[in-house]
Amino acid sequence: MFRSVDEVAARLAEAGYLASPAVATTVFLADRLGKPLLVEGPAGVGKTELAKAVAEVAGARLVRLQCYEGVDESRALYEWNHAKQLLRISAGRDESWDETRTDIFSEEFLLPRPLLTAIRGDDPKVLLIDETDKADVEVEGLLLEILSDFQVTVPELGTITATRRPFVVLTSNASRELSEALRRRCLFLHIGFPDEELERRIVRLKVPGLSQALAESVVRVVGALREMELRKVPSVAETIDWARTLLALGADTLDETVVRDTLGVLLKHQDDILRAAAKLDLDAV
Amino acid sequence: MTAVGVAERLTGLVGALRAHGLRIGTGETVDAAQAMEALGFADRELLREGLAATLLHGTAQRPVFDPVFDLYFPRGVGAPQGQPTNREDLRDRLAAALTANDRAQMGQLAAEAVDGFGGYGNSPTSDGWSSHQTLEWLRPQTLLARVRTSIRAQGGNAGFTDRLLEDEIRQRIEGFRRQVAAEARRRVAERRGRDEIARRAVAPTADRVDFLFAGRAQLAELRRAVQPLARKLATRLAARRRRASRGTIDLRRTLRGSLSTGGVPMRPVLRRRRPVRPELVLLCDVSGSVSGFSDFTMLLVQALHDQFSKVRVFAFVNRLDEVTPLLTHGTADPEGLGTRIRDEATLTGWHGSSDYGVALGEFAERYGDAVGPRTTVFVLGDARTNMSDPNLPAVRHIAQRARRVYWLNPEQRSQWGTGDSAAPDYAELVEMHECRNAQQLSALVGRLLPI
Repeated sequence: MFRSVDEVAARLAEAGYLASPAVATTVFLADRLGKPLLVEGPAGVGKTELAKAVAEVAGARLVRLQCYEGVDESRALYEWNHAKQLLRISAGRDESWDETRTDIFSEEFLLPRPLLTAIRGDDPKVLLIDETDKADVEVEGLLLEILSDFQVTVPELGTITATRRPFVVLTSNASRELSEALRRRCLFLHIGFPDEELERRIVRLKVPGLSQALAESVVRVVGALREMELRKVPSVAETIDWARTLLALGADTLDETVVRDTLGVLLKHQDDILRAAAKLDLDAV
Repeated sequence: MTAVGVAERLTGLVGALRAHGLRIGTGETVDAAQAMEALGFADRELLREGLAATLLHGTAQRPVFDPVFDLYFPRGVGAPQGQPTNREDLRDRLAAALTANDRAQMGQLAAEAVDGFGGYGNSPTSDGWSSHQTLEWLRPQTLLARVRTSIRAQGGNAGFTDRLLEDEIRQRIEGFRRQVAAEARRRVAERRGRDEIARRAVAPTADRVDFLFAGRAQLAELRRAVQPLARKLATRLAARRRRASRGTIDLRRTLRGSLSTGGVPMRPVLRRRRPVRPELVLLCDVSGSVSGFSDFTMLLVQALHDQFSKVRVFAFVNRLDEVTPLLTHGTADPEGLGTRIRDEATLTGWHGSSDYGVALGEFAERYGDAVGPRTTVFVLGDARTNMSDPNLPAVRHIAQRARRVYWLNPEQRSQWGTGDSAAPDYAELVEMHECRNAQQLSALVGRLLPI
């Protein structure tokens, strides 16, 4: 799909995703080695966006499996269409049971769920398994076969192997430790907060109306907040929100009043706001 | 590098990482080799990211990986080119690099500084390169005012963000100090052999640092790990609770349900557990020797407070006092917690060393009603009584009243019972566990906490 790391970065940038060297390298390797990509990092740094951008760049269809507590085989992998099977049985009254049985367990009666969808067909696909850590441990076992061999075993049908391997991205917020078996099958990528220069470019890209100087100030204030011991430090998503807020308010420079009034966009806990205000000397107006 | 040389370099790197407790299989090593082939050796940072992606499994492993990588794939070999410089010239150039925030130039200066001022010893067996000595010579922290003035003079920094400037410069200086340390490690490794330095001179991951020997920076890192760890433990507890709520079959309700299917019990009904509301009591030794351990555990339990109906925390040195209010969620400032506890609570009597006998006796006497049949008690401390009476009857009394009593001891098991340690005596009465680092603590907490 890609020839070099620089090409990855350039094409992702065209799709509106500014990748750090680490991200570009890992995406390049995931494509080259044909391995799934496990992305971890704090909320709001663009883990899901990365999968979307890769899909756009590759001209592939994005198949998404959103994990949650209690997601199971029949929602993730496949399910038999019981109603249709019953119809089929009652429609063919006079045939023998053997004929019916081979017929109702054919692909026609199989309802593919995201994981099966991703490995069937010849068109390029990106499989996004979102918030893997929210799913139960049993689901991880289900993923292992797909991630290592790109195949699914349906007892009644046999093994379905991918004719064209999808590009797989798993995301996790690390609210639960994923099993070692799953991690071993993936390339690991940690997306942290971007450095100052990259974040400035991201802000300029997402909020084009913002002036260069203001974007720089915004990024520096956010950087200072991330160094404080807060319960929830602002992420890239919050930086962009804040930049949009400032633009909407028509502020062209930062000052105490503006920052104090809009701190709630960046920080989501009252005690965080108080602490940050104290550290930034906001009360000394 | 030849093909054999590269393979050897890679396996050496993997070996050093394994020695630091990272679990890396052969499969990953092969992946890493493929990554090297795909990426080439032209760009060292790409190689670093590529190897990290294939070899590592978690974020916490990165701080170990980076210095080890620097040793096996060094930026250069030998001393930097150029004339030996004098101190003032180097400081001038460092100030300029700090002003421009030019990382590459700072790395170059770090190499020169270590080369110029870091060497010590003069025989081949005892000499080496010291980052400490280099930094003492160079004193980069004293450049703060100078860099600030020159940035302000450039005028790019008026208005609101001016107040952030000092912290930013401090961070740049801190970054430079790290570069010096890495450079000194590299030079020593050239002299003494990579493998040995990679095993000894690279700090272990924060969760494997012994509580008793952790430095300030490591304790700060542990404090930052409290919230994510608590979240992880909370999900683990919730999962245990969910499993535990699937009890045995309730025969009466199963049979009644089976009436609608003609007496065939199609759907077994499970007996529901009555939700218990576990209570937690923490007895923490906060004397100097074990305070790092106690502070961390207190913060962790407090972060888990919504999992319990009641959490009470008591601190002691040789007197005991309740500190629950000091830990109230949200207001507690983790940084100053230890100091505040020692300032505001009455913890010492006539002398300042810890006395488990008196403290436990006082707890049994004054706060005996804090312990009931629903209470799980955790005692945190090294059980070193300074030769005084361990007061076993008090422990026995607490153990009889409580649901469970656990003792978490931050000392190595082989040290128990040596010197003034009364650990074996206490271990006979209550379950005592070795709990030397955050990794062990989180495993124990996940297993022992009542649900």
